[in-house]
Amino acid sequence: MFHSYTLRLAFLYATIFSISTLFLFYFFYVFTASYMTQQMDSTIQTEIQGLAERYKQEGISGLTALIAERINRHQATGNSLYLLTNYTLQPLVGNLDRWPKEASVDEDWIEFELVMDEQTNETHLARAKIFRLPGQFGLLVGRDIHQLTEAKRRIVQALTWGLVFMVLLAFSGGLVLSRRTVRKIERINQTAKSIISGDLSRRIPLTARNDDFDQLANNLNHMLDRIEMLMEDIRRVSDNIAHDLRTPLTRLRQHLEEARLEQEPTSQSAMGLEQSIKEADSLLSTFNALLRIARIEAGQIRAGFSEVDFHMLLQDVVELYEPLVEAKDQKIEQSIETQAVSDGDRDLLFQAFANLIENAIKYTPNHGKITVSLVVRPDAMIITICDNGPGIPEPERGKVFQRFYRLDQSRSTAGNGLGLSMVSAVITLHRGEITLEDNAPGLRCLIRIPS
Amino acid sequence: MTPSGGTGSLPDSENLGKMRVLLIEDDKSTASYIQKGLTEKGHSADIAGRGDVGLNMALGGNYQVLIVDRMLPSLDGLSLVEQLRQQNNLIPVLVLSALGDVDDRIEGLKAGGDDYLSKPFSFSELLARLEALVRRSTAESQETTLIAGELEMDLLARVVKRQNTPIDLQPREFRLLEYLMRHSNQVVTRTMLLENVWDYNFDPQTNVIDVHISRLRGKIDRNFNSPMLSTVRGAGYILRTH
Repeated sequence: MFHSYTLRLAFLYATIFSISTLFLFYFFYVFTASYMTQQMDSTIQTEIQGLAERYKQEGISGLTALIAERINRHQATGNSLYLLTNYTLQPLVGNLDRWPKEASVDEDWIEFELVMDEQTNETHLARAKIFRLPGQFGLLVGRDIHQLTEAKRRIVQALTWGLVFMVLLAFSGGLVLSRRTVRKIERINQTAKSIISGDLSRRIPLTARNDDFDQLANNLNHMLDRIEMLMEDIRRVSDNIAHDLRTPLTRLRQHLEEARLEQEPTSQSAMGLEQSIKEADSLLSTFNALLRIARIEAGQIRAGFSEVDFHMLLQDVVELYEPLVEAKDQKIEQSIETQAVSDGDRDLLFQAFANLIENAIKYTPNHGKITVSLVVRPDAMIITICDNGPGIPEPERGKVFQRFYRLDQSRSTAGNGLGLSMVSAVITLHRGEITLEDNAPGLRCLIRIPS
Repeated sequence: MTPSGGTGSLPDSENLGKMRVLLIEDDKSTASYIQKGLTEKGHSADIAGRGDVGLNMALGGNYQVLIVDRMLPSLDGLSLVEQLRQQNNLIPVLVLSALGDVDDRIEGLKAGGDDYLSKPFSFSELLARLEALVRRSTAESQETTLIAGELEMDLLARVVKRQNTPIDLQPREFRLLEYLMRHSNQVVTRTMLLENVWDYNFDPQTNVIDVHISRLRGKIDRNFNSPMLSTVRGAGYILRTH
């Protein structure tokens, strides 16, 4: 996987590595090249000294003789250059046929091109020192530095290839190193993901190396242990609260019912007691729904899964609610595909779809339209329940799944605010997703259950 | 399962007579509540507070129906039912539970229980279910025609007649009426109908069953002098044959 972080890190590695290599190579080249040039210059200087001494002792004729002798001696190697000219710069003696035009008349170091072969136009670079002797004689002493420049070129070439290789090595090395790092992070990430999706018992695997990442993983694992323990505590406490409150509530209800039996059915006190029983019932049913949602969310119910025919289930829900739809003069349309079988808990699924359809009927005004559809895809079943009622404003859509959350406009209608929490818990238990969308107008509940 | 209302207007069971009930329940308050209610309705109930004692009483005594709590000292409710069934004792058993979830219900029925009720329940719900269990065990038959008062149902031809006038019913209405006819003169609750006619165990937030009943009532009672199907306030519905 080409993670952007991996690439970034590899680029960083490669850049730092390349810049330092570039510096190293640059200094290496500069020092080597200048050393080679210095060597050349001091050789020429020595030669000039020799010539100068002879000139001092024997004048221009002695100098001419020495130059001729030297030319002869160096014929074989042939990289020494000499030229003595008169004051009009016409050659007197030397192995150059003319005074190079780059050379000024003053004493100076010059570099110029030597034509080696008229046919192929092959030229060599030469370096020389020129100066004027008394009597306006021009003297040039130099070297063919073709080999020197060739050597420098080779060095640059070698260094360039070296640099390219280094950059490639640095980049791939960086890639390998950062990918190893990222993979270790990915391992932690994967575990975190499955914990988020509800499996709090998962832990990050450790390696034998006990490096920084293992220590991080180890600490995270300890943290997870602690969280799991705390959640276990909370669950136990809330279960106890619910249980402890449910028992006295049940007794209260029993006593009310007993008292109710002793009254004349039509008496004032019987009516009051009946009202109290109703209140106790609604308290108990809220408690039961809460406990039930908690149990579904804890995933304890998966054991009861069996094969469920979603086609039949949805048709049964629609059929059950049809009279209510007709009573409000609403219409319900269904397009439910067959061959929709998957593992699940049929009673819980029925409850979830019933809650959604009850909501649709409740919030859609008279003469409204409700549609129920099921589409089977290769990897999942898509169930949509739409209405053309008032819908849910966008910022509220995520919140309606929270326990006891109710929209302002629905506070006046009956219900305990747990219906959609139940739906969400059931769908999550089936590893599905539910999203609420705008049906323009109305609400569209989109449920995706992987098959 | 939401308990529903009181029992004040619950009619006494008409043709079942006196039921002999064994109640195996360790919670004294619940036990006395059930016993009191049953006695009030003219039935008799013995109480066992322990599982092993309850099993012995069930095997030795002459009871028509058992109420067994799941959580019992010395022998839990499900094991008790299993042992009972291993000894070929087919007495109908209603399992009670404080847990009340679908899984528990399936477990309870798998262990050999005939019905399942989770706490808290209303007395009318319990009584209706007990009567249904006793009725089923005394009148279990494979007849092809059901007769309840003026109503006649041919289960094979799927035809219903009242006073020989055919009544046109949707398939679900047919099943609903069949259940009511099998339990005629007996209160059936909303959850009993959901479980047995619709075959789902869930908790509707609306009065959807009432709407189905009133539709059926429209079909079987409208053109006749005496209404048969009526609502028992706070409890459920009853199909009267006289």
